[in-house]
Amino acid sequence: MDFAIAILVGLFITVGVYFLLSRSIIRMLLGLTVLGNGVNLLIFTGGRLTRELAPIVPPGMEHAQGAVANPLPQALILTAIVIGFAMFSFLLVLALRAYQSLDADNTDNMRVAEPENGCRPPLSY
Amino acid sequence: MQEHANLPLAMIETVTAAADWVIILPMILALMGSALLLMLRKSRGFNALLAVLFVIAIIASEAVLFGRVMAEGPVSMTMGRWLPPFGISFTADIFGAGFALTSALATLVVIVYMQMDREPGDNIDGQLAMVLLLLAGVTGSFLTGDFFNLYVWFEVMLIASFGLLVLGGSQMQIDGAVKYGFLNFLATTLFLMALGLTYALLGTLNMADIIGRAPQANQAVLAGIAALLILAFGMKAAAFPVNAWLPASYHAPPAAVSALFAGLLTKVGVFALLRAMVVLFPETRTLLEPVLIAIAAATLVIAPLGAIAETNLRRAIGFIVIGGIGVIVAGIAMPSVTGVAGSGFYIFHAILTMTALYLIAGLVERVTGETDSRNMGGLYAANSPLSIIFLVAVLAAAGIPPFLGFWPKLLLLEAGLERAGISAAEGGTVDWSGIVLVGALLINAFLTLVGGTRLWAHIFWRAGREGDQSEHQAQTIRKLTVKESWLGLGATMVLVAGIALAGLLPDGLFATARSGAGDLIDPSRYIAAVGLPDEAGPVDLDAELGAEEGTP
Repeated sequence: MDFAIAILVGLFITVGVYFLLSRSIIRMLLGLTVLGNGVNLLIFTGGRLTRELAPIVPPGMEHAQGAVANPLPQALILTAIVIGFAMFSFLLVLALRAYQSLDADNTDNMRVAEPENGCRPPLSY
Repeated sequence: MQEHANLPLAMIETVTAAADWVIILPMILALMGSALLLMLRKSRGFNALLAVLFVIAIIASEAVLFGRVMAEGPVSMTMGRWLPPFGISFTADIFGAGFALTSALATLVVIVYMQMDREPGDNIDGQLAMVLLLLAGVTGSFLTGDFFNLYVWFEVMLIASFGLLVLGGSQMQIDGAVKYGFLNFLATTLFLMALGLTYALLGTLNMADIIGRAPQANQAVLAGIAALLILAFGMKAAAFPVNAWLPASYHAPPAAVSALFAGLLTKVGVFALLRAMVVLFPETRTLLEPVLIAIAAATLVIAPLGAIAETNLRRAIGFIVIGGIGVIVAGIAMPSVTGVAGSGFYIFHAILTMTALYLIAGLVERVTGETDSRNMGGLYAANSPLSIIFLVAVLAAAGIPPFLGFWPKLLLLEAGLERAGISAAEGGTVDWSGIVLVGALLINAFLTLVGGTRLWAHIFWRAGREGDQSEHQAQTIRKLTVKESWLGLGATMVLVAGIALAGLLPDGLFATARSGAGDLIDPSRYIAAVGLPDEAGPVDLDAELGAEEGTP
C-alpha cells in the first residue's frame, strides 16, 4: 500500500512540475495545485498508512482502544489544505486580474515590471 | 488507567507562568492589531496612530523578551497544555529575539514613512493592517520552535506580502505579483515537502526534538531533506540560481512596501536556512558544504554585477539585497562561532540598511519624478541631506570601515582565514574553500561599492540627466513638501542615524552575535529550555504504529 501511494505521489509531482514549466498562468496554477496535493499525500504516507479507524478516544478512557490511524499527519494536511486553498484563490484572482489589465495569460508577454530592452548599463563614470 | 503507568507524562499540569507569555505576546499583538486595523480601515488618521501604538507595544514586549533571553539564555513556551514535543513550542534564542526586535523597529520607521503617501482616494486602505500581519508572520518565523509552525508563519507572511504587493493595482504591481506569488508559493510547497519527509524519518517536528534525534537517523535520507530545504529557503532568500523573482517584483509596489520586503522577507528565509543547516542538521550540512560554498560565492559575485548593469534605481538596490544574502550564506558555509556570528550580525545589519536604501530610493523617485537613474541627476544641489544619507547607506551596505556593514564582514573574513589556515600555516595544507569565500567576500565588497557609488554619482553628483550639457537644475526636480520632509525624510534620517551610530559602537553587537552563534552551534541550552532530553533516537513510526496493530 505504501508503495502504491508513494508512486502516486511521484505521479502527482511529475504532473505538477510539467504544468509549472508551462508559460500559461492558468496551467501553472493547476500545476501548483496538483503539486500541493502531491505533497499532502506525501505527508499522509509519511505518517504511515496503518488503520482506517479514526483516532477517537472513547468517553471515560485515556487513550484510543486498539489500533487507530496516526492523527498527526491529518492535522498537518488539514492545515496545508486550508493554506493551499487560500493561496490558490488569491493566485486565481490575480491571474484573472492580470488577464484583464495586462491582457496576457502568457508570462512571456508580461514585461511591464521587466522591460524587454530596458537594461542598458549607464555609460558615464 | 494502571496499564498506562509506564507512559511518559504528556500534559502540562501547571499554569504557564505569566512571564512566559511575553514570547507569544508580539504575535498576539500583531494579529489582533491587524484585525482591528482592518475593521477601522476607513478612518485614516486614527488607523495610523493605532498602528504606531501597536508596533511600539510589540517593540516593548520584544525588548523585554530580548533582555530576558540575554540574561537567562533561550526561553520556551509550549501551547495547549501538551508537553513538548507534542505541543507547539515557541522558543526564543538570542538571534531569534534580536531579529524580531530589529524587524519591529524597521517596521515602525516604515509605518511612519508610509503616512506621507496617503492622499484622499488613494485606494490603499488596509495597508497598515497587512503591514502588521506581515510583522506577525516575520516575528512568528523568528520565534517559533516548531518546524511545521515555521511553515504556517511563512504562509502568514506570504499572504500579507501578496496583499501589500498588489494594493494599488497598477499594471506593474500585478505583473510583479504574478512572478513573486508563484515562485514564493512554490518555495513554501517545497518546504512543506521537506517537512513531510522530516516527519516520516524522525517522527517529530519540534526543533529541539529534531536536534536530538537527527544524528541517529538515516543520513542519506537526511541529505535529501536538507537539499530540499536549501532549495526552498534559497528561493525564499533569493540566493543566486533562484533569485530572479526579487528584481522582478520588489520595485513594483510603493517604495515603503519595497523597503519592508527587502528588510524583512529575504532575511527570514536566510535565517531559516541558517537554523536548519547549522542547528537542526549539522552533520548533513557538512556533506552539502560544497553546495553552500558554491551558492555563497556565486551570489556574492554575480548579484553586485547586476547592480552595476541595472539602471532602474530600485531594481539596482534589489541586486544589492541579493548580494547581502550571499554574505549570510557564506557564514552558513563556515559554521565556526566566528562565521555564524558574522552571519547573524549581517542579518541585523541588512534588516536596517536594506530598509533604509529603499526608503531613500523612494524619496529620490519622489524628488526627481523618475524611476530610472539615467534620467536622474543634479540632486546634490536640490536636496543635500538626501545625498548624504544615501551615501551613508551605500557605504554601510558595501562594508566600508566605520559603517555597520564592515563589522559582520570582518567576522566572516576572520572565519574564512581561520578556515583557510593561512594565519597558522606552517607547512600545513591550505583549505581552498576558505580562500574562495574570502575572495568572493572581498570582490563583493568592491563591486557593491562600485555599483552603489556609481548610482550616487549618477543621481546626485552629475549635473543633470544622462547626456544633459546644461548647468542648470533639471525642470522636473521638485522640493519635498513639508509632510514628506517630516514624515518621509525624517523617519529615514532617524533610521540612517541609527545605522551610523550602531556602526560606531559595535562592541555590544559583537558580543551579542558571538553568544548568539554559540547557542546555535551548541544547542544544549536551547534543548534544555524546551525541556527535552539531550539525546534520543528517532521515533520509529513503523514500530510504534505496528505495535499497536498487534493489540486487538
